[in-house]
Amino acid sequence: MANAILLDKKDNVATCTAAATAGETIKILGGGEIVCVEDIPIWHKVALKKISAGDKIFKYGEIIGEASADIAAGGWVSHENIFSVPRDYESEMI
Amino acid sequence: MNFWGYKRADGRAGIRNHVLILPTCACGSETARIVASQVRGAVNIIFNTGCSDVQANTDLSQKILTGFACNPNVFCVVIIGLGCETVPHAKLREKIQSMTSKPVVSFGIQEEGGTLKTISKAVRAARDLAAEAALQQKELCDISELLLGIECGGSDATSGIASNPAVGELSDKLIDLGASTLMSESIEWIGGEHVLAKRAATPELHNKIIKICADYEAHLKAAGQDCRAGQPTPGNKFGGLSTIDEKSLGCIRKGGTRPIVEVLNQAERPTKRGAIVMDTAGYDISSVTSMVAAGCNAIIFTTGRGTPTGNAIVPVLKVTANAQTYSWMEDNIDADLSGIIAGELTIAAAGDLLLEKIHDVCNGRLTKAEAYGFSDIAVDHVCRFV
Repeated sequence: MANAILLDKKDNVATCTAAATAGETIKILGGGEIVCVEDIPIWHKVALKKISAGDKIFKYGEIIGEASADIAAGGWVSHENIFSVPRDYESEMI
Repeated sequence: MNFWGYKRADGRAGIRNHVLILPTCACGSETARIVASQVRGAVNIIFNTGCSDVQANTDLSQKILTGFACNPNVFCVVIIGLGCETVPHAKLREKIQSMTSKPVVSFGIQEEGGTLKTISKAVRAARDLAAEAALQQKELCDISELLLGIECGGSDATSGIASNPAVGELSDKLIDLGASTLMSESIEWIGGEHVLAKRAATPELHNKIIKICADYEAHLKAAGQDCRAGQPTPGNKFGGLSTIDEKSLGCIRKGGTRPIVEVLNQAERPTKRGAIVMDTAGYDISSVTSMVAAGCNAIIFTTGRGTPTGNAIVPVLKVTANAQTYSWMEDNIDADLSGIIAGELTIAAAGDLLLEKIHDVCNGRLTKAEAYGFSDIAVDHVCRFV
């Protein structure tokens, strides 16, 4: 059994606090469990549900990027399958 | 809360009492190093610029040099110039003397007839000043005289989850006690700038934070660089940080939650007390350089992957919440916060622990980088050398 931390209820990823091997059940601090479908290194993210290409990735309850490929529930979320979306600064002005 | 520090004529308080050997340019740096090595109580910096620069670079390097000289941890300054640099030693000395009443002397290598003659004169001057510095007694200073620089470097996923929130807690505690904190690295606000801006005390400061991010991104684009390609660094990615947004959302947590009362340009001295932010590079050494020039008397530095960095003028206290990094690089890291990840230490308790550590550093306890005599510096620049 590996562990991961969920930082916000809105999040669709959790951060692994131990390396996880494919098939292992990860206990999520902050809610639930998930079986990981591939090896995930320590401090990397596990998808908590199926993520499709184009879906937003949430961590800290905020958008950290967008998926560039489909990611299975229990899959490894990294710089290889998510990317940063440019900001719309103008709309953030008050 | 009080600490034992060195009261300066301008009202600020130092937590160290250095004789600073300050080169005007790269050509004075080696001589400055040799002078400092000969005098106990002296520190030097290596300066890689100061000549053949565009005006904007010169303006920044002058802000850094004068800011270092005016830093409250500095008792006096011995300037080592060459003679043909953009701002020669006498001019820099006069500028510093117009900003502070602390002792400042200066020498020029071409004028003195080479490095050996300069060294002999500068060592004698530094020796006499060090003798004088040693006589200054520590006095009880209010914690409101602390301006703590907040930095992170070599981040991994533990930084945003644990060590940065712990430092955020420290920042809140210090501000509630009347002290001030300064968080920089504006490129690492990008993706979290809307969250950081919510802390702004006024709409003007809110918009200034957003504009700094927009301008930074545009500046890099003009140089052919997509900021999303350079950040996160390869090490960050290996440590589990996948995008600049993810890195930034973790980074900004080290600034805590109190209202931001001032937004500064790089290396600028604050005019307000409380939570302050500054527009600097995400390059940690450069960011610390600018915060020291702004007058920070202590720096707290979170790391995930580990770093040895230190500054000659200001003690840098390094902390990590990555248990493996702490055990692997314990010789370079001052505090272990991995109990947060293990569920054995709350963020609030970690904040208390850090307050005690910083208080000790204010009272004179050496950080590890300080004990090793580390003196990292990087001056930001906007354009190629001329």
